Amino acid sequence: MELIVDISSALCLLLGSFLCLSGGVGIMRLPDFYTRMHAVGVTDTLGAGLILIGLMLQNPEGLVEIKLLLILVMTLFISPVASHALAKAALRNHLVPLSDRNENNGGTESSKP
Amino acid sequence: MRDLFAVVMLSGIFGLLSASFFVAMDAVDVAFTEASVGAGIASLLMLTAVTLTGRSEDSERHRPMWALVVVFITGGLLIYGTLDMPYFGSADAPIHLHVAPRYINDSMQETGLPNIVTSVLASYRGFDTFGEVVVIFTAGIGVLALLRVGRRSGIHRVMADSIFYLMHEQHLILRITTKILIPFILLFALYVQFHGDFGPGGGFQAGVIFAAAIILYAMVFGLPTARRVVNRTFVRLLSAAGVLLYGGVGVVTMLNGGNFLDYNVLAGDPVAGQHLGILLIELGVGCTVAAVMVIIFFNFSGRRDNL
Repeated sequence: MELIVDISSALCLLLGSFLCLSGGVGIMRLPDFYTRMHAVGVTDTLGAGLILIGLMLQNPEGLVEIKLLLILVMTLFISPVASHALAKAALRNHLVPLSDRNENNGGTESSKP
Repeated sequence: MRDLFAVVMLSGIFGLLSASFFVAMDAVDVAFTEASVGAGIASLLMLTAVTLTGRSEDSERHRPMWALVVVFITGGLLIYGTLDMPYFGSADAPIHLHVAPRYINDSMQETGLPNIVTSVLASYRGFDTFGEVVVIFTAGIGVLALLRVGRRSGIHRVMADSIFYLMHEQHLILRITTKILIPFILLFALYVQFHGDFGPGGGFQAGVIFAAAIILYAMVFGLPTARRVVNRTFVRLLSAAGVLLYGGVGVVTMLNGGNFLDYNVLAGDPVAGQHLGILLIELGVGCTVAAVMVIIFFNFSGRRDNL
């Protein structure tokens, strides 16, 4: 039983670290603001969540679990909303996404208000 | 770097990084403060200052050479001054021989608090902390004197209402999430305030976190709405009341026959007296810090609305 918990915890930690790392690669390699933010926003939420779940499995009882759970809930609230606010602010300041820029050749309008 | 916005963001990142190395050095109390002030409120205040003054740096009108020379000379003198100091972490430094052993060995019996940082800050060095609180209060007074927004605030109430509803749909997600989060932030601030005797935390951290919740509300729901929630006169009174409470505890200890801020005489039992005194002065610190932060933010951003 303990072995299963240990293995699943290690899997969660590994997968979470991999996702965070891929988010880091994405922010370096992707071409424009929105794609970069997409890379970080999505992988960070999932990666941090997986790492926290892995840590919870390491210590199955006690106060630490509840604290980690609270951090997890807060992360699930805050991280997507922060990405949303960032993207919205960029759109509001007329930063045109890359795909739109190619289609209408530097057109004047952004895709959505 | 000419873009001041980027400079502010970099300083915020620096604040967050220094908070994490404070955690790595086991100084969680300092990390709390650094994370909420250095990364949060200070960057925010600088951003509002940037919106007041303009985003990019002016072209050079001064001679950077002379400033550089002065900075180098001052820095050299400071480094020269540290040459006499004992090496970092050396065991026979005076602080490890005289002061620290007393705090580590005796503070539990003398104040009954497990958190040595709080007992040093609030009890052994209570007078220093009183000075810090007065400095913060003075900063609040300074901002009020320089940037105070008068009664005739720029936006009329009806207009503010219409702006509020106009923006409501656009900021729906932000507003709902903020509404969910703010009670937790306030609760956490109260926890940090009253649990500071036993774990990391205390008046400074709690005050800043409390102020951060109110500032978050002001940012997302607009300054006029926040002003209706938080009475400005009350906040000003609160900032003075905190200092008054701190000093008042000192005066009471003197009236009871002890020294200034000697809490042993506050109750029959010295340890109970220490408990009561530390709780009261932490409360005073928290009130002043929270109120001054709110005052500074409201006046900075209110100034911008009036322009």
